[in-house]
Amino acid sequence: MKTGSTNTLIIGVGNLYRSDDGAGLCIASRLREFVPAGVTVLEESGEGAALLEAWKGATAVILVDAVQSGAPPGIIHRIDTQRQQIPSRFFHYSSHAFGVGEAIEMARVLHLLPPSLLLYGIEGRNFSEGIGLSEEVEHAAAAVLALALDDVRSFLAAEADQGNPADREQQ
Amino acid sequence: MSIRTIKVENLARVEGEGALFVKIKNRRVTDVQLKIFEPPRFFEAFLRGRKFGEVPDITARICGICPVAYQMSSCHAIEDAFGIKVNEPIRALRRLLYCGEWIESHTLHIYLLHAPDFLGYEDAIRMAKDHPQDVQRGLRLKKAGNDIVNLLGGREIHPINVRVGGFYKVPAKLEFAALAETLKWAREAALETVRWVASFSFPQVERDYEFVALRHPEEYPFNEGRLVSNKGLDIAVRDYDQHFIEEHVAHSNALHSAHKERGAYFVGPQARYSLNFDKLSPLAQEAARSAGLGPVCRNPFQSIIVRGVELVYACDEALRIIENIERPDKPAVDIKPRVATGYACTAAPRGILYHRYRLDEHGVILDAKIVPPTSQNQKTIENDLWQIIPASLDLPGDKLQRLCEQAIRNYDPCISCATHFLKLHMERE
Repeated sequence: MKTGSTNTLIIGVGNLYRSDDGAGLCIASRLREFVPAGVTVLEESGEGAALLEAWKGATAVILVDAVQSGAPPGIIHRIDTQRQQIPSRFFHYSSHAFGVGEAIEMARVLHLLPPSLLLYGIEGRNFSEGIGLSEEVEHAAAAVLALALDDVRSFLAAEADQGNPADREQQ
Repeated sequence: MSIRTIKVENLARVEGEGALFVKIKNRRVTDVQLKIFEPPRFFEAFLRGRKFGEVPDITARICGICPVAYQMSSCHAIEDAFGIKVNEPIRALRRLLYCGEWIESHTLHIYLLHAPDFLGYEDAIRMAKDHPQDVQRGLRLKKAGNDIVNLLGGREIHPINVRVGGFYKVPAKLEFAALAETLKWAREAALETVRWVASFSFPQVERDYEFVALRHPEEYPFNEGRLVSNKGLDIAVRDYDQHFIEEHVAHSNALHSAHKERGAYFVGPQARYSLNFDKLSPLAQEAARSAGLGPVCRNPFQSIIVRGVELVYACDEALRIIENIERPDKPAVDIKPRVATGYACTAAPRGILYHRYRLDEHGVILDAKIVPPTSQNQKTIENDLWQIIPASLDLPGDKLQRLCEQAIRNYDPCISCATHFLKLHMERE
């Protein structure tokens, strides 16, 4: 449920009991302490249909997940989904077949993609059962935390420039 | 000697990942192996030494699709150990929560995972381009399930409001009433779903399965009942280990379950339906008949219709519960730990989910056993393929491969419950 005054949403995706797959959730829970009031932070398992529902009505979404695309562990992928499709097999290690990548591409087909959806994928090393992130992923998570906060500030600044859509309607 | 090799890198649209290996030599199937690479026993070890109260939330993390099932089986097993019986209002609310999970899980499987097989699409995204209205209906229907889980579970994924003895908080009557409107639409959409999937074409395959499911004297099973089969099984859940074994199979790290005397058995919606048709609501029975199903369904490909019928039932039952809703005096009954072992099976969307816990006098877990539906179905899935592939050898490689994938998806296997990683390799020599 989205609360607060903005339509900016952060979604962390993953499974805390699958080692590096927990990266998105770790980042989301840390971001919760830093984001400005009104920005909603959600933690999701990555089930696609739930994601489609979660970002409904949001204008700016930042989604963070662990990925395994073959790049070295700790590499950060930043994808602006309005400009770029999700590379196939990007979310190969997601434990859900209709997962993050599928949800984004399904949203594109059904015209349900938010006006802005940024995806941060952190290349994981270890997806076996267990708790805790690999060292490279820990470092990447710290970087994504900072990057995502910058994105949030940019979103909010752009929103302020344009005026709140709800306010405009009332004028 | 004719030699053909088909290699399939991935088995898509199955929850989690694992592998299937098929070998065909001189037009004879010589090997079928469902492979699981990672040991599934992490959670059983992880639970040892934890307090009983932590168990529902930890086990809910095993699967993003059926967390309620894990919570229900763990709560019932621990309550069984402590000799606790929840009151009728809490029992009804648990059934309602389970309805929500069935709606979510069955809708996901029907619309986004299985229907593309029948309509000839590689995936649901491509199907959505040509069938946007059907997919939209599926997404909205799934949302109705989410709404139930959200209200009672506290949130839709990994619900946090369930505890041993009941709930942390019970919503107000008014909040349930709001759900009823959504569910009335959902019930109609579920009926439409049955009509939609009944129009698909189905490979003609029937096997003499041993169906195993819960059976309750008064209701279609969710949380309790005896374990029964169409081959004479009729036991209390606590006797599960006396009748079923988990075998380590050389080609798989996961354990395959088998009946000690009769081997492979079948759990899931089709087993539940075929053993409990008489307990479905009249509307669900009527939907099944209109779709051409009898009271027993032995064609595994028609499992998609059976899931549709259970969707109708789940909406119908959720509405019935809401109409008669009674808030419990307290959200949970009191718990007093004792030294004991507890057992439970509940009806997860994919079939019976067995939990067993041994606890000490402080309620600390000494030993845990969890048998998910998918590990119980693995032998049956392999046996289906042994029958289906020889009859379809004239199909070109890619079509045969897709038929195999479709046959596996009949079981909506949740490999992430059983373990992690699934790939499909098919070789023809």
